[in-house]
Amino acid sequence: MFRELWETFIEALEDLGAVVHFLFRLVGNSPRVLLRYDLISQQVFNSGALSLVIIMLSGLFVGMVLGLQGFQLLQRFGSEESLGTAATIGLVKELGPVVTALLFAGRAGTALASELGLMRATDQISAMEMMAVDPIQRVVVPRFLGGVIAMPLLAAIFSVIGIYGAQLVGVQIMGVDAGSFWSQMRGAVSLKDVYEGIAKSFAFGVACSLIAVHQGYYAEPTAEGVGRATTRTVVTSAVVILFLDYLVTAAFL
Amino acid sequence: MGPSGTGKTTLLRLITGQVHPDEGFIQVAGENMLALSRAQLYVLRRRMGMLFQNGALLTDLSVFENVAFPLREHTDLTERLIRQLVLTKLQAVGLRGAALLMPAELSGGMARRVALARAIVMDPEILIYDEPFVGLDPISLGVILRLIRRLNDTLGITSIVVSHDVQEISTVADQVYLIAGGKVVAGGTPQELRTNPSEIVKQFIGGLSDGPVPFHFPAPDYYEELLSRSEDL
Repeated sequence: MFRELWETFIEALEDLGAVVHFLFRLVGNSPRVLLRYDLISQQVFNSGALSLVIIMLSGLFVGMVLGLQGFQLLQRFGSEESLGTAATIGLVKELGPVVTALLFAGRAGTALASELGLMRATDQISAMEMMAVDPIQRVVVPRFLGGVIAMPLLAAIFSVIGIYGAQLVGVQIMGVDAGSFWSQMRGAVSLKDVYEGIAKSFAFGVACSLIAVHQGYYAEPTAEGVGRATTRTVVTSAVVILFLDYLVTAAFL
Repeated sequence: MGPSGTGKTTLLRLITGQVHPDEGFIQVAGENMLALSRAQLYVLRRRMGMLFQNGALLTDLSVFENVAFPLREHTDLTERLIRQLVLTKLQAVGLRGAALLMPAELSGGMARRVALARAIVMDPEILIYDEPFVGLDPISLGVILRLIRRLNDTLGITSIVVSHDVQEISTVADQVYLIAGGKVVAGGTPQELRTNPSEIVKQFIGGLSDGPVPFHFPAPDYYEELLSRSEDL
């Protein structure tokens, strides 16, 4: 029993080592790839622009729920004017980055993992190597960087739309004073709160993109292998996002 | 040539440096493959072209962009020159008219012809084909067969074709090597191979179902297994 646990622990450590080594490889190759902005902008479009609809819709609904729940809670203490502050801090520091990252892992992460896995299964990666083109530089790094760039942008859009959603419910429907909503928000939300949100969304962007490209690139070249890589991308990303969320929150205290 | 699962594709992967042998020595175009760094291996690979079994076209690029891919990655040629080179190679495989199609719109034979155009776009010295005839209809098969021979002669290159299609290989190859059980068991011109007295060569050339390569996968005695009371396999 103890021995099995120990072996599982060692295996997990080896996996982590492999992922970190892969990250160093990606970062080492990044400067050269950054010069090819056409490849990166294409991937920002794939990971970012194509995720916009789901991010905007989710942001709107999460903001609306926050507006409704927040209003009911704050009303008990007679401080419903603070709704803007509560919703904004909740969205910018926590819900924006975390929910965006979870949605990003589900939409863009799985797309990246299955695309890379299928490229390996259909010999496209081998074909590139045979054409003396490094697939890490040509395929993996642009996708990784595209995700890292897209994720903070998506989180920002999510938060902005979420605040609008909270305002929609709180001010337009529940009747909170619009002036108090916005002025209290501007007074109470500091730049540090925004920086925390940016740091989180950047960390989640690196983690989600890394997990997706790693799982996809090393997927077993079969239908089952690609499926497994896609599932692992979502599951691992979700756990890592929540773990990193705690770490970054603690770091900003 | 050789039976399925005998190591033909592995041999190709060894020749191209995609896998490393545990022991032995591989020399390609005068270079010791095992002593090459990754950068040197990539330099050598620019002198090779390889046609994969399913074509391995990049699915997010059009036919034109697939053929232009090595040129864009390795050269600073002008757009006009790239266009001319790509159209020339596509004309050679008869698919100039399909330049704007996507790989998903091509038939298996067409995809392999596009992959062939891509393999020759950098004017390689060695062209390697991995099972180029698998799953092709007779017309596409004939087209690929004639292309292999014609490209070999007009470009003055070396072609290595891995296949198990005896008839097809016999019509295009100058030299045939038969691999079985991980070893080269016979070699020579197609004519010499047809008159080779070896049992395994006879079985392979004649397409006999049983011989040195057994029809049956190793298993316990047939009757004993049928009459056994056990429910397990």
